[in-house]
Amino acid sequence: MAATDATQHRIEPLLERIPEVGRIPAGSAIEARLERIWETAPGWRGWLSTVDHKTIGVRYLVTAFLFLVIGGIEALFLRIQLAGPDMAFLTPEQYNQLFTMHGVTMIFLYASPVLSGFSNYLWPLLLGSRDMAFPRLNALSYWIFLFAGLFMYISFPLGQAPNAGWFNYVPFSGPVYNTGPNIDVFALGMVLLGISTTVGSINFVVTLFRMRAPGMTINRVPILVWGTLTASVANLFAIPAVSLAFFLLWLDRQIGAHFFDVANNGQPLLWQHLFWIFGHPWVYVVVLPAMGIVSDALPTFCRRPLVGYTAVALATMATMLLGFGVWVHHMFATGLPTVALSIFGAASMVISIPSAVAVFAWIATIWLGKPVFKTPFLFFAGFVALFIIGGMSGVMTAAVPLDWQLNETYFIVAHLHYVLLGINVFPVVGAIYYWFPKFTGRMMSEKLGKWSFWTMFIGFNAGFFPMHIAGLLGMPRRIYTYPSRMGWDEVNLITTVGSFIFAVGVLIFLVNVVLSLKRGAWAGANPWDAPTLEWAVSSPPPAYNFATIPTIASRHPLWEGRIEGEREHSRTRLEEGYLLMRGRETLGTSPIDAKPVVILKMPEDSYTPFLVGLFVSLLFVGLLLHSWTFTALMAASSCAALSVWMWPRRKLGQRTTGYRSASAERGGESP
Amino acid sequence: MKASESGFDSRSAIRNLRFRITFLALSMIAARPSEAADTLDTPLNYFLYSYGPAATPIMHLGWLMTALLSAITLIVILLLVIALVRKRSSAAPGVIGAESGGLRWVYIGTGISTFILAGLTVYFLAVLNAVAKPTETPALTLTVTGYDWWWSIEYEHADPAKRFVTANEIHIPVGRPVLLKLKSADVIHAFWVPVLAGKTQMIPGLVNQKWIQADVPGIYVGQCAQFCGAAHAHMNLEVVAESDRDFEKWQEAQRRTAFPVSGHNEHGYKLFMDRCGGCHAVRGTEAEGLHGPDLTHLNSRRRIAAGLLTNTPDHLMKWITRAQYFKPGARMPSIALSDSEASALASYLSTLN
Repeated sequence: MAATDATQHRIEPLLERIPEVGRIPAGSAIEARLERIWETAPGWRGWLSTVDHKTIGVRYLVTAFLFLVIGGIEALFLRIQLAGPDMAFLTPEQYNQLFTMHGVTMIFLYASPVLSGFSNYLWPLLLGSRDMAFPRLNALSYWIFLFAGLFMYISFPLGQAPNAGWFNYVPFSGPVYNTGPNIDVFALGMVLLGISTTVGSINFVVTLFRMRAPGMTINRVPILVWGTLTASVANLFAIPAVSLAFFLLWLDRQIGAHFFDVANNGQPLLWQHLFWIFGHPWVYVVVLPAMGIVSDALPTFCRRPLVGYTAVALATMATMLLGFGVWVHHMFATGLPTVALSIFGAASMVISIPSAVAVFAWIATIWLGKPVFKTPFLFFAGFVALFIIGGMSGVMTAAVPLDWQLNETYFIVAHLHYVLLGINVFPVVGAIYYWFPKFTGRMMSEKLGKWSFWTMFIGFNAGFFPMHIAGLLGMPRRIYTYPSRMGWDEVNLITTVGSFIFAVGVLIFLVNVVLSLKRGAWAGANPWDAPTLEWAVSSPPPAYNFATIPTIASRHPLWEGRIEGEREHSRTRLEEGYLLMRGRETLGTSPIDAKPVVILKMPEDSYTPFLVGLFVSLLFVGLLLHSWTFTALMAASSCAALSVWMWPRRKLGQRTTGYRSASAERGGESP
Repeated sequence: MKASESGFDSRSAIRNLRFRITFLALSMIAARPSEAADTLDTPLNYFLYSYGPAATPIMHLGWLMTALLSAITLIVILLLVIALVRKRSSAAPGVIGAESGGLRWVYIGTGISTFILAGLTVYFLAVLNAVAKPTETPALTLTVTGYDWWWSIEYEHADPAKRFVTANEIHIPVGRPVLLKLKSADVIHAFWVPVLAGKTQMIPGLVNQKWIQADVPGIYVGQCAQFCGAAHAHMNLEVVAESDRDFEKWQEAQRRTAFPVSGHNEHGYKLFMDRCGGCHAVRGTEAEGLHGPDLTHLNSRRRIAAGLLTNTPDHLMKWITRAQYFKPGARMPSIALSDSEASALASYLSTLN
């Protein structure tokens, strides 16, 4: 790495600068200057133009939770309809739109964006940087996510929401059997959302390999970072498949392209392949970062580092690698040859192995640690239990012949909710309890916290465990009602009751958030005595994150010197570091060893991400309404806004750090 | 909430719920019933019941996996609970445990998991092999075509005169493998009679094959298992397994065209031709519609509307006049009939034996 880095040296001597090393005492005039450099303008100007990763992260979290609440309310409507046999609370069409929007909302508008929220907020803090690699791209990613979410709900008030399930199989979603705007909204919305996810993923990948503080070698980054990195790389391969699928479908629907139309030699099965080549990796996209959250936060409450850091990091990547080779297990019943089914079934068995690595690492961490039973810990420990159950039911569905029975029954509904609620919602709520003090400066109520955990945990299991049984009793998914003679009455009533208890638990959590925002006890910088860098800065963190760029010497910078049997090594330096304050600046480091390479000039706040996001989204509205003039106008506006955004500015020229000479002075700091 | 119709096996929801929380425990220890599947409390229960060689190995696989994986789940959760609550020596505050250690957990846990997963893989591949194809040549080949939202069933025969079409009720000879060719006329459906075999999608443009066999005479319930739109919930079928003799008798009866119309049924016949014949076929008459089920031997079937209602004259007339109430979104419209028209039509329909 060093050799490659050095070759960039002296290309542009004017852009070379060796940053000074020093301290910035809290409350000093120099700190105030730094604050002014990084602060966002007050009022609506700042609101629309900010590129601060922390603001964007919180926006992601709040928006995703709003979608969670909407998706949850939809689920409660479904559960009322299914509480007893032959109910007519909803019409079939209403039911179909609600279950479709429930899936779309939870999977696309909650599960992944909420994790982007955490990662956006936390990555620069965890990595010892001042922002993400591309702050404006980050803002664009949020705005498009927000607009795509609104877009997908655009036809909901008209009673014409997407109604073919989140998996949206053709030909049912095709032009012949679905004539309204329902599916066009979904198809265009997915392509739009794909833009957001793609630019967000690129940002994470570049940030990881460019923005780590000096000394944070690749084997010192937190597991959350591994999880989000893995998910982001996967997105870059998976999203094109789904964007293509939905684009082809839109062409089928709007210009008669016949990609999926049997009557014109199209192929409906193609949809299933394209969708699940995306869909299965996506399952891991929405769980791996959440597993990373637990891997990082659980040890804080066990008062010891995670057992098997390397194994867990490797397992994270192995899961995703295998995750690209198991999509056919969603298609075991499509009549594929048994040889193909055997291979994909066996691969689906193998994918459980890296999960086993993580589970045993967590249990060992708890076993060998001294657990402190605070609310976040309850959620993380509860998550491990739900992960085990969801993992085991997953193994059952990997067995091809058994899956011919289980597939498309409530057994799968049970499995996927154990996986998605268990591995996403529980860690996410635990993570809110954990990082709320960092976000707001205040603690959340422990008393309400424990109430919310136990209500959610009991309600969840009461609601979703019986779904396994409903599935074994043969209840198919996505039926809006069932006759009593099938024997499913009791399990469904129990599930409905459980789901409402779960909803109460979520409500208690939300109440806790609102109350604690105003009344929570002051937190201080590190209320949990946690080991990672985000806890080294004040709560909430200043706009510039770190007054000086720290130098990292271990995986647990804030626990150094207190770990039993710790070998002597150089210590992480948090107070003293590079002084970077000629405008918005942060340090760029080499990809593996995190040696300082370049002073990155970070962009100012700008309206352009908002405008590009708005114009691109309106372009999709134009496509939806067949208003071609408007579409062309919006395309032109997007390009114009993008040009303003991209216009070269001399002051954004990057400075090399004079690495060769600097490393002679300071290179010995990190091993 | 709509009030349910009397005589219809619906009931308004929560009022009539029999609350049997113990049902699972009871059904777990229940002896295998020898009687037909339609008498089961849970006719689609593939976990506890199977009646043929395409389903039984899968049921046993399900038992083994459920038992084994439940045991593992309990053991691992128990480890988690012990890890949470076990007594620990008190340590000095602020001291953090060492990072090394604990890897043995990962090695042993992952090692055992890998071993078990490998064993399960071998077992499920063996089951897959066992149920993929019947051991003997199928006695019979049927084409089942999924429609929104019912099933058309075509009995093949070397002699074209002996082919016939029926709907929503499949008859098979007991103890013999039957080959099914699965097609779809519109969207993707899935053919699923759980106690006889797993499910297979019916995909437009493809012909999927599957086989079923029932070793016990009886009636086996099936349901569409792939979301297919408004009336997906109301797309059932029945498989009737009967002795060779009964099956032959049934086939003979099905091959016949409809009886000629006698005098007092002519009004009903004309009404049928005018109002129903565009969609439904009655072989031997001018009614040759292909959009709905073939009704030549309507009264030989146990249920109507793809399993929704039992086939009684009362239900039949309710279905004809209020189809959209019973099966919202169905292709069958609710047909307005005067009382005299209704009785004439009913009288004609009663001849379709």
